[in-house]
Amino acid sequence: MLDAKIPSGPIEKAWEKCQFEMKLVNPANKRKYEIIVVGSGLAGGSAAATLGELGYNVKCFCFQDSPRRAHSIAAQGGINAAKNYQNDGDSIYRLFYDTVKGGDFRAREGNVYRLAENSVKIIDQCVAQGVPFAREYGGTLSNRSFGGAQVSRTFYARGQTGQQLLLGAYQAVERQVDAGTVKMFPRTEMLDLVVVDGRARGIVTRNLVTGVVECHVADAVVLGTGGYGNVYYLSTNAKGSNCTAIWRAYKRGAMFGNPCFTQIHPTCIPVSGSYQSKLTLMSESLRNDGRIWVPLEKGDKRAPGQIPEAERDYYLERRYPSFGNLVPRDVASRNAKAVCDEGRGVGEHGLGVYLDFADSIRRLGEHKIRERYGNLFEMYQRITDEDPYKVPMRIYPAIHYTMGGLWVDYHLMSTIPGLFVIGEANFSDHGANRLGASALMQGLADGYFVIPYTLGNYLASNKLDKIDATHPEFAAAQESVAEKTRLLLAARGTRTVDSFHRELGKIMWDGCGMSRTAEGLESAIAKIRDLREQYWRDVRVLGGDEEINQSLEKAGRVADFFELAELMCLDARDRNESCGGHFREEHQTPDGEALRDDENYSYVAAWEYTGAEPKLNKEPLTFEYVHPSQRSYK
Amino acid sequence: MKLTFHIWRQKDRNTPGRMERYQSDNMNPDMSMLEALDVLNEELILRGEVPITFEHDCREGICGSCGFMINGIAHGPQTQTTVCQLTLRHFKDGENLYLEPWRARAFPVLRDLMVDRSPLDRIVAAGGYISVPAGSAPDGNTIPVPKDDAEASMDAAACIGCGACVAACPNASASLFTGAKISHLGLLPQGQPERDSRALRMVRQMNLESFGQCTNIGECTAVCPKGIPLAVINRMNGDYIKANWRK
Repeated sequence: MLDAKIPSGPIEKAWEKCQFEMKLVNPANKRKYEIIVVGSGLAGGSAAATLGELGYNVKCFCFQDSPRRAHSIAAQGGINAAKNYQNDGDSIYRLFYDTVKGGDFRAREGNVYRLAENSVKIIDQCVAQGVPFAREYGGTLSNRSFGGAQVSRTFYARGQTGQQLLLGAYQAVERQVDAGTVKMFPRTEMLDLVVVDGRARGIVTRNLVTGVVECHVADAVVLGTGGYGNVYYLSTNAKGSNCTAIWRAYKRGAMFGNPCFTQIHPTCIPVSGSYQSKLTLMSESLRNDGRIWVPLEKGDKRAPGQIPEAERDYYLERRYPSFGNLVPRDVASRNAKAVCDEGRGVGEHGLGVYLDFADSIRRLGEHKIRERYGNLFEMYQRITDEDPYKVPMRIYPAIHYTMGGLWVDYHLMSTIPGLFVIGEANFSDHGANRLGASALMQGLADGYFVIPYTLGNYLASNKLDKIDATHPEFAAAQESVAEKTRLLLAARGTRTVDSFHRELGKIMWDGCGMSRTAEGLESAIAKIRDLREQYWRDVRVLGGDEEINQSLEKAGRVADFFELAELMCLDARDRNESCGGHFREEHQTPDGEALRDDENYSYVAAWEYTGAEPKLNKEPLTFEYVHPSQRSYK
Repeated sequence: MKLTFHIWRQKDRNTPGRMERYQSDNMNPDMSMLEALDVLNEELILRGEVPITFEHDCREGICGSCGFMINGIAHGPQTQTTVCQLTLRHFKDGENLYLEPWRARAFPVLRDLMVDRSPLDRIVAAGGYISVPAGSAPDGNTIPVPKDDAEASMDAAACIGCGACVAACPNASASLFTGAKISHLGLLPQGQPERDSRALRMVRQMNLESFGQCTNIGECTAVCPKGIPLAVINRMNGDYIKANWRK
């Protein structure tokens, strides 16, 4: 039975109580512990820095050439915090409420409350680090509003909030590198987790420059390795983002929570051709001042400026008068798909809707819009060669975030003792749909304010045997890594890694994307199995393993995506309801909204690796504070 | 669209490299330069040739991973654009493109177009931060920051650490990079307590690495994909000199 270890008692006091009850590691003893942190993004970076500040010996790993490159850097819009600086009715409770509701009642109340509580400390921390947040003329912090909320609680640094928060965490890491408590291992990829006597005791890595495969021993392992959106090939994720670390951990015994919960972001630049390597997000903050519309009539090929007001359908404002263009992401994405399916989509392929700033430019002036979104407009123009100050942007939904991830308890520990999972890599806080500006909040809350406590408690409560890399489990893990590499290089087939990855992505987008059916999922599972088998036989990876070999790196990651893809489809098939980003066509209200089945599916699906069919474990969800209701943004 | 690429190929740090010529007829003007290399690499793999190594990650111009010289210009001809966002519509059908790695003694080539930029991390580790352990910060609004200062700080903080400034500088100086960090933090009230020690230590570390000296040429800011202004170098020099006086 899964024990989430949620503290008892009133939710407002739960984290405080939990912190008090946790055991502490004496300051002088902290340096005797070795901690491995994999990933250097907002979660991993903030955790490595904070654990280093506390005095632990931290080894931090990233596959990029520098910890500053982690994909958190690409987050644009902002970070939520319940500061109520705008005096508009915000509170910790309201942020908690919005997040639970936004997640369509598939997140744990306890975790979400703690997240909302920690949100205020994050802003303080980041301001003190020198993050140049937007300011008012009086020098105070500025806020903007974001989807799924009716208050202004989003803090931002132009359209580069993720970059600035990450640089804050990166600088904190470098400060600890300077102090000697954190040792960075850039260009180093984790390829396996080592479990000794049921506890996570280290990892196996490959040095991406020399190809050397090495073992690293530790007292605890923290994974902050991000999400797995790249299973779809085309997503807004960085090209290197991958599931290998969490997938290896899954195969070593960590359960995988809600793998099918993926988020499709409504405002991305539409696909332009088959060579397309990734999709570019346009921050959701644009929906504050942009109005979304399509022509009223299908097949209307006139230029947007030629379509009179009366022949436009501002469908979000029409269907959701109280939230309008600021409905949550899942709702906005599904509606865009619906109007395009009706044949009212715009652009060359009909897969796009307009995001129009003409009204805001008239109302506020072009300079104001330029000040708010200048860099986003430039980016749009650079990619599409169109000027959004003059013609409306064209946008379409794209895979952006994965709410699913390794199952963790309230302490952010997985089902393997000593293995902690933070940020997007875990499943914990966003339920079936994440609200905008909440990913940055969660990554930093986990790293700065949760893991330093819970990891200490684990170390102080358990007596760990002294082991080194000569332990047979390390040798075995190292050998399994080497074997996989040998197989990939030995296939010498006829197809490139990318061609397989693109095909896998297409199967997933069609079968397990914005809307899903039992039949479509069955067919996707069969296709994935077939293609995976072909992959191991027919992939062509050139070059050797003792050198820089980007094809080999990709090949290993895609091999893991193949396995994860199947688990995602199994989970989506098993969850016979619609909720948040998981939309099963069989389950919808008469007006096309997601229809949950709380009677039967109010649980976290935690999948356990068995070697054969994965085993489903259920963690029931209880709602004592926010009562599940049909989400309404009307 | 047809393009002829001349690309620097080098197996590793210690093996001499050379320019290789590749022709492709499958280019599309809407592709980014990196997508063009993806397509070229797919063709190479199918022909049994080892693909070209180049660094990249976010492909939206913010992570700073990518970058190489195109016809002698860092990140190519389009201003304020990294190679991942540079589309082929800026080139003519049939054009010859010469792609080379960043050239600077401090950035040794690791393979093909990939170089080692770790000196930049070491400069940041030498004081490019504000020392504030998690949990010790006061409420965010107790530190008011004049809007113009916050904006100027943000202008400098926008640096993505790609290294183009070093590659473009005839002296291979890292002054724009270092100046940007010193300015970002030095323009904010939070950054004042360590302002002197930061300038002294970061400049010292910059000089310890194999970078050249700044002679105010300005190539760095001309190629910078984020338009970091040359003024950050003046500010670095000012802070460094004042800190030395006060020492």
